[in-house]
Amino acid sequence: MSARTVLHEADISRALTRIAHEILESNRGAENLVLLGIPTRGVTLARRLSAVIGEIAQTEVPVGALDVTMFRDDLAKHPTRSPRPTDIPAGGIDGRTVVLVDDVLFSGRSIRAALDALQSIGRPSIVRLAILIDRGHRELPIRPDFVGKNIPSSRQERVNVRLIEDDGADEVTIEA
Amino acid sequence: MRHLLDTRTLDRETALRILDVAEDMSDTQSREVKKLPTLRGKTVVNLFFEDSTRTRISFEAAAKRLSADVINFAAKGSSVSKGESLKDTAQTLQAMGADAVVIRHPASGAPQTLATSGWISAGVVNAGDGTHEHPTQALLDAFTIRKRRFGADSRGRDLSGVRVVIVGDVLHSRVARSNVWLLSTLGADVTLVSPPTLVPQNVSLWPAKVVYDLDQALAEGPDAVMMLRIQLERMNAAYFPTEREYSRRWGLDARRVASLPDGSIVMHPGPMNRGLEISSEAADSPRSTVLEQVTNGVSIRMAVLYLLLAGERDDERGGDQ
Repeated sequence: MSARTVLHEADISRALTRIAHEILESNRGAENLVLLGIPTRGVTLARRLSAVIGEIAQTEVPVGALDVTMFRDDLAKHPTRSPRPTDIPAGGIDGRTVVLVDDVLFSGRSIRAALDALQSIGRPSIVRLAILIDRGHRELPIRPDFVGKNIPSSRQERVNVRLIEDDGADEVTIEA
Repeated sequence: MRHLLDTRTLDRETALRILDVAEDMSDTQSREVKKLPTLRGKTVVNLFFEDSTRTRISFEAAAKRLSADVINFAAKGSSVSKGESLKDTAQTLQAMGADAVVIRHPASGAPQTLATSGWISAGVVNAGDGTHEHPTQALLDAFTIRKRRFGADSRGRDLSGVRVVIVGDVLHSRVARSNVWLLSTLGADVTLVSPPTLVPQNVSLWPAKVVYDLDQALAEGPDAVMMLRIQLERMNAAYFPTEREYSRRWGLDARRVASLPDGSIVMHPGPMNRGLEISSEAADSPRSTVLEQVTNGVSIRMAVLYLLLAGERDDERGGDQ
């Protein structure tokens, strides 16, 4: 089992800073923004993005967690998953610009589930998708708006995102 | 989890998992759209051989909130009253494609028989069997105690050091049995209070203390007092002289409620016999968790159905992967 590192700590931080600027650019400021991370690492990334955007725009950006477990269509193909808490910021999402944040975009099925989960919570005016790693192999017509890095990988490979808050280190590795 | 038959064999890890998933289910119930698509296409059969309102409705609500199809089967007015056996009923349900069977039966052990006989492949949930167990009731009681004690910070916690007094007809109570096993697995100290005639013979083997005097048990300042229903339908012998005497010695009246320390709660699985085991003052006091228990019951049953039905089935694992 050989793992090679494709992103180091500084690369991840640069990618997040760039995504933060891109979000601010496309939204024309931080107004109305809500960042929702998909557990576990998407939530960590959403918190970091919120801090970076907050610093650039000198304002506080609401951040939360959106669990998609109960909306997945592949539940019966895996051992039972435990749902994670969903935490919607106090202002809600109605009429807001919601940016979904996840670590890796692969088949696109988590994002489809996330769109369904959003629907049961409220009606955002715009939904966008920010992703740290896009590794291709999409099975659904879903496309990210903000990408940290495109990493073409084979289906047999594993892409592991490790973050300090969850795993003690910042790095992205590919395992054959 | 393949079946949920009792709490006696439920380990701490599994019990906490059910309680934690129930926290997530409970969160979804405060949303604008309460229905989740999780169990779409699954069929849950409520097989009730004994009268029940709240447990059946609670299971039905839980299954429907998860988008499962629900078939209610009450023994009265069914082929069972024409003499159909449990085996034939079960095989009929199997042929109709039931994914889970929620069963309540007057005979202790009926769910176990259904789960292990090989008649059906569906997951079996015990919703009360004779005087044996009622596991989802104990789970919702534990959930209620945990929620009142730790609030939003409940996830992952057990009930270490929590003192619970269970009062009433322990002999006939499946709720008491399930609670004794579950609460002690979760680390709580359980005290049973009961007239000597309503204490089971093998109680010395249970992980619980037994006292006969309610005031003595309440003087120790328990965190939760759980009143059991006097099951008049099972009172076929002279267990106590009169209802009035029972009420005076083992009923929770206003004076006894007032003697409880701040923060301790009063629980009852329902339906209540007001004026017998619990007074109206006690049932309607802010300490009472009776209605919270009903709400939490739906979350717990959603969690159990989710864990039973959502994932890949244990007996299918490793097949083509």
